[in-house]
Amino acid sequence: MRKTILTSLAVFLASSAAFAQSASDGKVKIGILNDQSGVYADFGGKSSVEAAKMAVEDFGGKVLGVPVEIVDADHQNKPDIASNIARQWYDTQQVDAIMELTTSSVALAVQAIGKEKKKVNIVTGAATTDLTGKACSPYGFHWAYDTHALAVGTGGALVKQGGDSWFFLTADYAFGYSLEQQTSDFVKSSGGKVVGAVRHPLASTDFSSFLLQAQSSGAKVIGLANAGLDTSNAIKQAAEFGITAGGQNLAALLFTLAEVHGLGLEAAQGLTLTEGYYWNLDDKSREFAKKFFARTKKMPNMVHSGTYSAVTQYLKAIQKAGTDDTDAVSKALHEMPVDDFFARNGTVAKNGRMIHDMYLLQVKKPADSKEPWDYFNVLATIPGKEAYMDPAKSGCELVK
Amino acid sequence: MTMIFGIPLQAFLGQLLIGLINGSFYALLSLGLAVIFGLLRVINFAHGAQYMLGAFAAMLMLQYFGISYWFALIFAPIIVGLFGAFIERTMLSRLYNLDPLYGLLFTFGLALTIEGTFRYLYGSSGQPYAVPTQLAGGTNLGFMFLPIYRGWVVVVSLVACIGTWLLIEKTKLGSYLRAATENPVLVQAFGVNVPVLLTLTYGIGAGLAAFAGVLAAPIYQVSPLMGSNIIIVVFAVVVVGGMGSIMGAIVTGYMLGIAEGLTKVFYPEASNIVIFVIMAIVLLLRPAGLFGRDA
Repeated sequence: MRKTILTSLAVFLASSAAFAQSASDGKVKIGILNDQSGVYADFGGKSSVEAAKMAVEDFGGKVLGVPVEIVDADHQNKPDIASNIARQWYDTQQVDAIMELTTSSVALAVQAIGKEKKKVNIVTGAATTDLTGKACSPYGFHWAYDTHALAVGTGGALVKQGGDSWFFLTADYAFGYSLEQQTSDFVKSSGGKVVGAVRHPLASTDFSSFLLQAQSSGAKVIGLANAGLDTSNAIKQAAEFGITAGGQNLAALLFTLAEVHGLGLEAAQGLTLTEGYYWNLDDKSREFAKKFFARTKKMPNMVHSGTYSAVTQYLKAIQKAGTDDTDAVSKALHEMPVDDFFARNGTVAKNGRMIHDMYLLQVKKPADSKEPWDYFNVLATIPGKEAYMDPAKSGCELVK
Repeated sequence: MTMIFGIPLQAFLGQLLIGLINGSFYALLSLGLAVIFGLLRVINFAHGAQYMLGAFAAMLMLQYFGISYWFALIFAPIIVGLFGAFIERTMLSRLYNLDPLYGLLFTFGLALTIEGTFRYLYGSSGQPYAVPTQLAGGTNLGFMFLPIYRGWVVVVSLVACIGTWLLIEKTKLGSYLRAATENPVLVQAFGVNVPVLLTLTYGIGAGLAAFAGVLAAPIYQVSPLMGSNIIIVVFAVVVVGGMGSIMGAIVTGYMLGIAEGLTKVFYPEASNIVIFVIMAIVLLLRPAGLFGRDA
């Protein structure tokens, strides 16, 4: 009986608190929209939803006294499906912000809708720099990584090792172009040359034709400007066709812990890659990773941990602004430094780019891996200013 | 250097061979579909899932029981075949009297369920499966480096295709099967157990898909998505070859594999639609398919 009374009291207090706050509809709702069934389902997927829920729970489940709710949906990597969901969420479901947004074509579409409807979106899963370049939005933020950071990190490391001629295997959509472009620019500016490129459809299973073309090009480095299962299959088949044994290097430009786990250390060993987070970096990153593992049975990559960080920062911004009004929250997001287990020394630039340190990682040999998920050696920390494009040069109209 | 259509002859030969290798998978998979459609009139949308199950069976057998690739090549198709037979006996056989659309919907739902379950259990990135040591490495053919395993795939699938064709066209069992399709009542009157024959057929079809899955495991990531990635192409192959024509499925499988391989050289962006373009053209000119008998 006493419990019942206490509960009803709590409910009453909560609802009266809701009355007094300034969140518009008595609730803050965050939508996680990503690929939950396709080639990128391990890259982000349901685990990102779980990370977002953890962020809300750790925040106390409430902001300004109103409950915070996470909703999620699978966009199947199709911009039209994603746009429909985003419009429904914004128009009829009172969703305040959409996050994650794996797949660049989808992120660009949803960010355009957010701009039109004046709603916040924070991208952690997609890579294209256009999100903070010509397609930037005053309410759009790009959190975990981007193609520029990958080009500087992984591309830079291979050029330093003497990889001065490149051939690209590029996924045939916005993300692939952007990644190929940025990496080409970087290679050329470092004195290297690009001898060719071939564009393959998203979710190809057989890469042997493309790999053969890359092989006969004689390039020292084969840049894989693709992601997820596509990259894993390309790496596996490159080994099969004796490409790696023949002295050509593979640059898996976007490859994370999740894909390394799927491919296995035997096939992945020696690969150089760039991530914005590694679980085994220090105590803070390990603490989150262990909690995440307990819920999902896998270790987080930069998309999962980045989503946690983005949700947390968004809630902090609402708290700081004292309202969930888009303009005020966006202003707070732009002003507040980001310092958590994910981002060290993070700042948000005018174009919406969250600038933070990135890590150059190398996949361990199977013999060197001491425990499950112990996959990477940290080769270098890339300071945020080097990793990310100078906002003034991004082409974003918001940067004057 | 000799050039063909603006690319070096060596690269051209390499791409032809790659096309042939991929064609082997198309042939093997469309063969199973053609057998099932030809004899049961069921459009088996679960074929991709059965292919995926074959690959997973091989991987799980290795992981948990240490069963090698060679035994998996025999056991995985048997296991998946039995599973197929069970599905046919308990569920699919109830739909024979209905419109063929019901069979299609049922198998499609089955495929989604199986794939969803495996995605839940194993994630979408899949798991690796090593090439058996006896077939590791490759040889330099002069114009390309051929992984021995890929050569093996071409040979084995060719043998399996011809074997299945012989089984159905040239043996007594095959003649029963074909007769049962033409006129089940009459064949039953001769004392042949038709329902068992149909169950057997579906089991064989599913087993063939699983066989292709085991062959594919060392090449592609063993992933829950591997079936849905390939199944649509395979359906196009069957349609181009002529629904239900076994020889048509085999020949078209290899042909379209080569067509796709060459497209990857000349215009890579179109490589995932070239097969459907060919399908559209064939359907316009020969609605029954290249090898189909006009209905």
